[in-house]
Amino acid sequence: MSEKEKIVKSERPITVGFVGNPNCGKTTLFNAFTGAKLKVANWPGVTVERVEGETSYQGRQIKVIDLPGIYSLSSYSIEEKVSRKCIEDGEVDVIINVVDASSLERNLYLTLQLLELKKPVILALNMMDIVEERGMEIDLHRLPEMLGNIPVVPVSARKRTGLDVLMHAVVHHYEEEPQGVVVRYSNELETIIEKVEIVLRARYGEMDNMRWHAIKMMEYDEEVENDHPVDLTNIIDKNYEKQIINEKYDYIEEVIQECLFHKNAKAAFTDKIDTWLTHRVWGVPIFLGIMALVFFLTFTVGDFLKGYFEAGLDAFSAVVLNAMQSAHVWDWLISLVVDGIIAGVGGILTFLPNIFILFLALAFLEDSGYMSRVAYVMNEIMGMVGLSGKAFLPMLLGFGCTVPAVMATRALESEKDRRRTILITPFMSCSARLPIYVLFAEIFFPDKALVVAYSLYLIGLAVAILVALVVQKLSEEESGNALLIELPEYKVPNARTVAIYVWDKVKDYLSKAGTTIFIATIILWFVLNSNFQGLTTDVSTSFGAMLGHALVPILKPAGLGSWQIAVALISGLSAKEVVVSSFAVLYEISNINSEAGMGTLMQSLAAQGFGAVNAYALMIFCLLYSPCIAAVATIKRETHSIKWTAGMLAFQMILAWVGAVLVYQIGSLIF
Amino acid sequence: MNMEAVISGMKLYEGTVGKTYIVRSVLVDEKITRRLEALGVNEMTPLVLMNKKGSGTVIIKIRGTRLALGRRIAEGIDITEGTER
Repeated sequence: MSEKEKIVKSERPITVGFVGNPNCGKTTLFNAFTGAKLKVANWPGVTVERVEGETSYQGRQIKVIDLPGIYSLSSYSIEEKVSRKCIEDGEVDVIINVVDASSLERNLYLTLQLLELKKPVILALNMMDIVEERGMEIDLHRLPEMLGNIPVVPVSARKRTGLDVLMHAVVHHYEEEPQGVVVRYSNELETIIEKVEIVLRARYGEMDNMRWHAIKMMEYDEEVENDHPVDLTNIIDKNYEKQIINEKYDYIEEVIQECLFHKNAKAAFTDKIDTWLTHRVWGVPIFLGIMALVFFLTFTVGDFLKGYFEAGLDAFSAVVLNAMQSAHVWDWLISLVVDGIIAGVGGILTFLPNIFILFLALAFLEDSGYMSRVAYVMNEIMGMVGLSGKAFLPMLLGFGCTVPAVMATRALESEKDRRRTILITPFMSCSARLPIYVLFAEIFFPDKALVVAYSLYLIGLAVAILVALVVQKLSEEESGNALLIELPEYKVPNARTVAIYVWDKVKDYLSKAGTTIFIATIILWFVLNSNFQGLTTDVSTSFGAMLGHALVPILKPAGLGSWQIAVALISGLSAKEVVVSSFAVLYEISNINSEAGMGTLMQSLAAQGFGAVNAYALMIFCLLYSPCIAAVATIKRETHSIKWTAGMLAFQMILAWVGAVLVYQIGSLIF
Repeated sequence: MNMEAVISGMKLYEGTVGKTYIVRSVLVDEKITRRLEALGVNEMTPLVLMNKKGSGTVIIKIRGTRLALGRRIAEGIDITEGTER
């Protein structure tokens, strides 16, 4: 290489790919290096997409790619395909194989596969702090010797130790391939490998990773067979995958024997907790209890904090009104700002404490290690509707937001299961529906607000399960229960992880208030304050009223027969919170979440004959009808089908109407 | 292999919670079988049955990893009593 070439090469950024088992800390490490704030949690399958970032070390640019966790280099699931494609396409110069050192035995299987690829690999032994806590020791001298002399760097992504050493290894070893053959198979396999290599060499010439190709051919790997088609029927008489896997594990046992000491010195902490949390009788009640606690905290602590926000909003609204009046601004502009924007957007901001507490509680659940257990606990209930307990994880995430919940279905193995899970996930009450429940439960059920709100969460869950059941009955599939999920060790949630998670959600909420809700509120104000003659102050003659009136006959049987409610429900398609801000704008209530605001809304609604039963029907309708635009777009993207998505929307609209009608009609008979 | 081991052979979900067993064979669908093997559930590997439910869903600890397995998978894993291979 000439001097010039060397300089050019040394200036080119090094591309690093993080590869490893699910839940081994790749994203935590990625965040530590790039300063990114990607979501991390303690359950397998949090990362479903590849993410890129940048960092530098000693002046050298380094591009970092975070990949979804995989257990092996096969291509059974979407995650495996994404990760494998990125590695094989030669996109990365060096692979950082992130390994959970406290679970070395299982993690090394992927390592051995990566070594066979003959690409530069650096082993990052993550969670070394846990290894030490448990009194285990790893022979850091012998381990690299047994793994083709690749660099082995102990790190703790959580405590941010060993990061510099790891980057140092990247900069200095990114061109070094593993040395020699790491795993020698039995004579039977080695003979076949040799023969396949000869055929491949004759057909395609020399390849860097000839041995890997030969091994993959023996595993009947579709991708390798398609890339390098060759007739091997005389050499490979059967699928050798099982034997290859077993012999790799035989080698891993040798490595463990030589490199890992005090293997059994493990904390029984997780097992003790699991005797209760995964108890065969108490598992489900404990889960429901935990969820009840989450919502209890969301309502009570959230309401406690809410007062400060309301006082702030009132003061702000008064200041703006005074300033605009004394500046003699046009009346319509004052109305737009005060009755429209401040009432609509500000009203939504007062729910921030509830949202904050909800996500704080969900962050604790996700980072503690309990999520995977929920899959086990709910496996029977989900099994009744032909899904595995794993499908419950996206549903649980749906209590936060439907968008990431739909994305999380990627971890499910079959496309049918994915679609069925996507269909029912919107029935889980997302955080955007929380303001609707808080407001209407507190106005119309002042003594039982908490119970009423929790009932909506449970009804959503029940509807989800019923819908899945009906779909399963219709498709007449046999439902084998093939749950397969790793249960990580419990740990005390990490403050940093929880902070990133909650801040991210709070930021989302604020930016939604500043964008979607802001725009929706302005549009709504114009729709309510204009007609064919131009601007008007009489809302009953506005475009909004005309549109609302057209829908009144349809909504009347559900107890929602007023044009204002129709307008609020349509607006809610932009974001569910907008249902609440619409009521604020429609009834010109400046601080809808305050006692005075609630009183005004109650009087206005009562004047139209709207009582507790109507309110419950309204909440049921909001629970069941189409999710917001963002969620619909995500569903379309993930299912790749406009037809399916449109069908889902129609179904949800009809279901919401039927549900609300039933509640209203039956409720009116009883109360 | 001694005769006792053959006689005490059973499906994974028939085991007793808290006991250690040896995997005798893994036979589910091709895909799932390979996945289990990649996770370290291989023939002759010891495992501890940590928990099980009447429906056949189990939790096992194998090679230091806890796995939750549904009945269809637990049915396809044959085990025998014992701790050593």
